[in-house]
Amino acid sequence: MTATEYKAGSNLEKILTEGKFAVTGECGPPKSADGSIIENKAGILKGFVDAVNITDNQTAVVRVCSMVSGYQAQQHGLEAIMQMTCRDRNRLAMQADILGASVLGIKNILCLTGDHMSFGNHPEAKGVHDLDAINLIKMYKDMRDEARFQCGEEMPVAPKLYIGCAENPFGDPFEFRALRLKKKVEAGADFMQTQCIFNIPKFKEWMKEVRAIGLHQEIKILAGLTPLKGVGAAKYMKNFVPGMDVPQEIVDRMSSVEKGPPAHAEGKKLAVEMIKEIAEIEGVAGVHLMAVEWEEAVPEIVEMAGLLPRPAVA
Amino acid sequence: MITAERKPLDEILALVGDKKKVLVAGCDTCVAICLTGGEKEAEILASELRIKAEQDGREASIEHTAAIRQCEWEYLDMIADKVKDADIVVSMACGIGIQSMAEKFSPALVVPAVNTNMLGMPQEHALWLERCGACGDCVIGETAGICPVVRCSKSLMNGPCGGSHDGKCEVTTPEKEDIDCAWHLIWERLKAQGREELMYVNRPPKNWSKSSSGGPRKMVREEAKPV
Amino acid sequence: MADADVKVPAAEGEAPEAADEAPKKPVDPNFEPEIIVFACHYCAYAAADLAGSMRLQYPTNIRMIKLPCTGKLEVIHLLKAIESGADGVYAAGCLEGECHYLKGNLWARKRVNHVKDLLAEVGIEPERVEMYNMSSAMGAKFAEVATEFTARIKQLGPNPVKREGVDVHAAAREALGGAAMPDDPAPSAATSEEGHAE
Repeated sequence: MTATEYKAGSNLEKILTEGKFAVTGECGPPKSADGSIIENKAGILKGFVDAVNITDNQTAVVRVCSMVSGYQAQQHGLEAIMQMTCRDRNRLAMQADILGASVLGIKNILCLTGDHMSFGNHPEAKGVHDLDAINLIKMYKDMRDEARFQCGEEMPVAPKLYIGCAENPFGDPFEFRALRLKKKVEAGADFMQTQCIFNIPKFKEWMKEVRAIGLHQEIKILAGLTPLKGVGAAKYMKNFVPGMDVPQEIVDRMSSVEKGPPAHAEGKKLAVEMIKEIAEIEGVAGVHLMAVEWEEAVPEIVEMAGLLPRPAVA
Repeated sequence: MITAERKPLDEILALVGDKKKVLVAGCDTCVAICLTGGEKEAEILASELRIKAEQDGREASIEHTAAIRQCEWEYLDMIADKVKDADIVVSMACGIGIQSMAEKFSPALVVPAVNTNMLGMPQEHALWLERCGACGDCVIGETAGICPVVRCSKSLMNGPCGGSHDGKCEVTTPEKEDIDCAWHLIWERLKAQGREELMYVNRPPKNWSKSSSGGPRKMVREEAKPV
Repeated sequence: MADADVKVPAAEGEAPEAADEAPKKPVDPNFEPEIIVFACHYCAYAAADLAGSMRLQYPTNIRMIKLPCTGKLEVIHLLKAIESGADGVYAAGCLEGECHYLKGNLWARKRVNHVKDLLAEVGIEPERVEMYNMSSAMGAKFAEVATEFTARIKQLGPNPVKREGVDVHAAAREALGGAAMPDDPAPSAATSEEGHAE
């Protein structure tokens, strides 16, 4: 494939397009004007993931904006997937920001609705929600492929973007989930990452429905995974994180191990087992490791799962 | 109907300050129906204010009245004398009524005793739920009669989002009660109607210029204007 | 006829506790509270009559106003009674589940609770209003409630917004408008501690 056939030519796009199993990570920017944090995190993940998600005011908590942190990550040799939510920006800002990101060399963009303000540290803020995630995907696709703004005006230089989205295989209404992904595919999404999976049987069911409508051939699906540091994390995800499905066996398994290093080891072991099982599922193009504030676990997990070395692409 | 809730008494007292002649003005339409600001409630608030004034050793003459509808000039004419006698009017009407009074009797001081909160429906007696966002561009014909602007916490045109769980929104009320996921309701009703295909349509971005985001709105009926 | 041993249902006004965290005011032995009682025709007023026939003693501080049902009481009636200077006000209705008009006494309780909130807002002790339930056979209960409530109000002291020269009972009646029923003629001689006929 020549460079002109790629939509953006990002590392992630090349790996996925070549049919190699991709590994992405995640990175939360700092809650301050500390420019050194991303450098540290990039240092840990570089060479172990193909690209890293840079979150955008995740859970409605203010952090350095994802464009800047994404740019920093790339400066330190780690390709960024810039996350963009619909909660904090209207269509003008979202178009302006993607043009800015493109100018800075950021190519991967993940389009999200965004957690509600009430979850975060500024619950009195006015939620923007000018667009939803599907509108956003289409808007970026049209900017890229037709060099057009959302209002219809043309632009001389289109941004080169590899467009991603998220999907929750365990959200309700369950029967509609595969169809909602179809809407995102039709809107123009190139790749997607799922929310973290703990219930693999249920995920397999979802993949079955996805394959039934041929979506796995139209969009690259990365399965999301979060390594558990201990039973506390397992319980928290089970009980307090919206849309999470954590089977009791996993909570039991984590509680059967002593806290601290033994639990960390078990969590990594579990993650590796899950990666191996998920990699076998037809239609899964990669894995998205969300080891937020535990980035140090990623290198070991990726290695134990037999995913090293990461492919080098032109 | 328009619903409103009485402000905390401290706020009302702060607005009244040390004014001596106070008129509590109720409205006998929407706020009366939602049991917040009708004549009954105006009488109650007036009594409370008198008790408080007495408690604080403040001289005050506090009366109450009500207009049939505070947003119509003709009905305000009927209480004009009482308003003229007052140093301050404490209006229990919705924001429209309060502003109408403030305009009609300008520069008389008219202050709100209530927080107008929503276009709500009485789901059952004494329970009102937000239903309409007054967005100026109604789409509920395509969403099974359920408003995605105001019943979906994120005003999604293509919902649900990943936070929908067990038919409930990821957001809870301030009292931590569940909120139904509007898009879950839409999906269920579209199914019941045999119109699931409407769920698969990629709806374009909403035209917010028709909502209050586009500036204060106006409506005119040329055919009905006086000749 | 005797009902002195009948247990009081749980849904009653609780015995008064100190109204606030401030140290108890010394009780003025000369303070005679003015208390308005809104009593329903079917139960509470009949219980009052019975108390009289049984020659049970209860304070003369209470002045009764008869209603067809406590459900007739509105928030404003209770509030105005306090506003006009009553030191205490209570509604006395049928036992819950036995209201002659089915749910009137339940509505009354809700409204009494709401008035407590309103009074708290304006700095008046919520304990000055209360709801009690009794059957027409509970003469002793009627007397007990009157005694208990009067003691409570004595502890609280005079209504902070009491003014000279206001006929509290008349004001309460007036606020009710047509809802108040006329008093029965010559109520049975209830005697106060000082032996004065009502």
